[in-house]
Amino acid sequence: MTATTSHVNPNVSDATARAAAKAATQNQPVTFGKALNTALADALVANDSTVIFGEDVGTLGGVFRITDGLTARFGSERCFDTPLAESGIVGMAIGMAMNGMRPVIEMQFDAFAYPAFEQIASHVAKMHNRTRGKVDLPMVIRIPYAGGVGGVEHHCDSSEAYYAHTPGLKVFTPATVKDAYLMLREAIDSPDPVIFFEPKKLYWSKEQVDLQALASDYEAKRAATTEGTARIARAGSDATLITYGPSVSTAMEAAKLAAEEGISLEVIDIRTIVPFDDETVCASVRKTGRAIVVAEAQGFVSVASEIVARVQERCFHSLAAPVLRVTGFDIPYPAPTLEKYNLPSAERILDAVDQLQWEA
Amino acid sequence: MSTEAHEDRISSVSKKFGITPEDYMLPARHMINLLNVDGTLREESDQGTEPGHEYPLPSPAELMDAYSALAVGRRVNDQNSALVRQGRMAVYPSSHGQEACQVAAALCLEDGDWLFPTYRDTVAVLTKGVAPMEVMTSFRGEWHCGYDPKAYHCAPMSTPLTTQLLHGVGVAHAAKLRGENTVVVAMCGDGATSEGDFHEALNFAAVFKLPVIFFVQNNKYAISVPLSQQSAAPSLAHKAVGYGMAGERVDGNDLMALMAVMRRAVRLAREGNGPLLIEAHTYRMQAHTNADDDKRYREDSEVQEWIAKDPVTRMHAYLDDAGLLTEEAQAKITERAEAIAKKLRDGMNQDANTPPSELFEHVFASKTTQLAEQQALLADELAREEA
Repeated sequence: MTATTSHVNPNVSDATARAAAKAATQNQPVTFGKALNTALADALVANDSTVIFGEDVGTLGGVFRITDGLTARFGSERCFDTPLAESGIVGMAIGMAMNGMRPVIEMQFDAFAYPAFEQIASHVAKMHNRTRGKVDLPMVIRIPYAGGVGGVEHHCDSSEAYYAHTPGLKVFTPATVKDAYLMLREAIDSPDPVIFFEPKKLYWSKEQVDLQALASDYEAKRAATTEGTARIARAGSDATLITYGPSVSTAMEAAKLAAEEGISLEVIDIRTIVPFDDETVCASVRKTGRAIVVAEAQGFVSVASEIVARVQERCFHSLAAPVLRVTGFDIPYPAPTLEKYNLPSAERILDAVDQLQWEA
Repeated sequence: MSTEAHEDRISSVSKKFGITPEDYMLPARHMINLLNVDGTLREESDQGTEPGHEYPLPSPAELMDAYSALAVGRRVNDQNSALVRQGRMAVYPSSHGQEACQVAAALCLEDGDWLFPTYRDTVAVLTKGVAPMEVMTSFRGEWHCGYDPKAYHCAPMSTPLTTQLLHGVGVAHAAKLRGENTVVVAMCGDGATSEGDFHEALNFAAVFKLPVIFFVQNNKYAISVPLSQQSAAPSLAHKAVGYGMAGERVDGNDLMALMAVMRRAVRLAREGNGPLLIEAHTYRMQAHTNADDDKRYREDSEVQEWIAKDPVTRMHAYLDDAGLLTEEAQAKITERAEAIAKKLRDGMNQDANTPPSELFEHVFASKTTQLAEQQALLADELAREEA
């Protein structure tokens, strides 16, 4: 971008070019991927112990380019490629975290993280407990997840329930560009291991966000904490859509369509599945009296199931209708030609809204 | 790291020994064995050494320290097995017969170096300096590992096989990035070499040129399954060449040979020559644990054969013959072993008394709302029980 600008205006001074570039950045929409990339770069600057590694994250910058430019800028000791072995990546990260580093590692795709599951479930999740708090593992496992991008088999799984079900793991999943930045910074600074789920379909989504201002706010501790804090993505009064990650945008679309029909839907973005913010979710459901959980993952024994259970345990007397779920079907992910039939759509959400026993 | 740089490293160390890179990486034709089973020193031509795989004898002082740890290790193994029979310990995977390997794995390291043990490596952990009762914590049915891994530079004894080798690789990698000269000994058994993480750990260590010694105690059985059903390799040490690292075989019941081989491996690793794989030939004299019945899968005659190769009597005979082990020195060692055994008896005879509320304390650095609620629920149940 800067290079192009200086080609167009060859006579402009360096300082002016930099100022122009900065102004341009501030006014330009930022992609979700760029926010993650900036968070990683800022974390490398903020703490010498931060190291990034995984498959193709070095020279290539990651298959989704989330680590683009980091090796060139910080050197191959701070951001590097490993042999192609996920258990090895996670296992080595555990040892590095035991010995004072803060590894941020990338699993190339959701389903490619499964070879590392033993390391994650038996060690990442348990080391702090097993050592009675003596060894913490401040590490982040980034997992691009979910569908909606026409990916083939093994590239579109929503695997969050496996990790959320495992005590000792924190599970984050941002749904906005701003949260992508803030939540990744928080995850890297957390003393606990964090499984960081990045909805693939959002990588190219754009928002008007001033990343420099966001970075200053975060580093000055002015930014509100996202961990354990659900976000009210849209205020409403008739029913609550509880959702996270890739499904937030679908829920927002449904809420917009419902509003045209005079139904006011509140949308809650969970943000961190673990720890879970019961308070914000329940306050909303108590207010509206109706709730639907929307999630892309298959519904059987899922995060959505857990949310439904928690809501009915806590809000039963405020409910005017059963809490419903709109989720993916209980089938292997049908990528890519038929995925649209599996993915929760705004229409499917609105059909569920219709079933919330509105008749007096 | 480029392929050329990798080849340079192997060729520079092989050049140092005056052998080809292949001969550096391949184990010597015979396993390294310095002492006969009767404790006499083998002829130099009979020690298994060859050009590039040469092993000077450890010093008398070194051998006496090692023997002391060996005798303590044997006493601890037998004390723990007794405590299990008495119902004072939940389970104990004894390393009876493998104590020489245990002792060498710990003694070859310096203070800042790390040990990554398995559940059968209690004697190595003890030798690394962890307090006896702390070592045995998990075997009495406690929920935590019992010691501070960072204080002792000793990881929790790992139950999931070979997963800990990768953690050792990570510890070495972090140290290397900080410019520290830390060496790691990562331990596993013969059966464990079939696990995927064994492969990933060796490969990562070799690719990143990390100072890790992979120390395989080949005790011939993975619970009941013999080595012949684990691997068709000429030896487990031969696997090293596939990763571009050096391998060596050693008599795992010969403490003198083990000390020589392990110390050389640590020195090579610390000098920046990358990882090594050491296979020690030993034998698990007792069942896998007290819950196992080894008569179902091996002949008693086989066990009897290995009694003659016992590491403790062998080392004792050598030191005795060499005039190093005076009556006074032996008495001191016995006294030390008995003191530790008593510590274990006294400790195990007291009931573990961890408050159940602590189960919620260390899941995360700080408790989540949900864990606090569950902790309160359990506290309430316990209060009602007491009332």
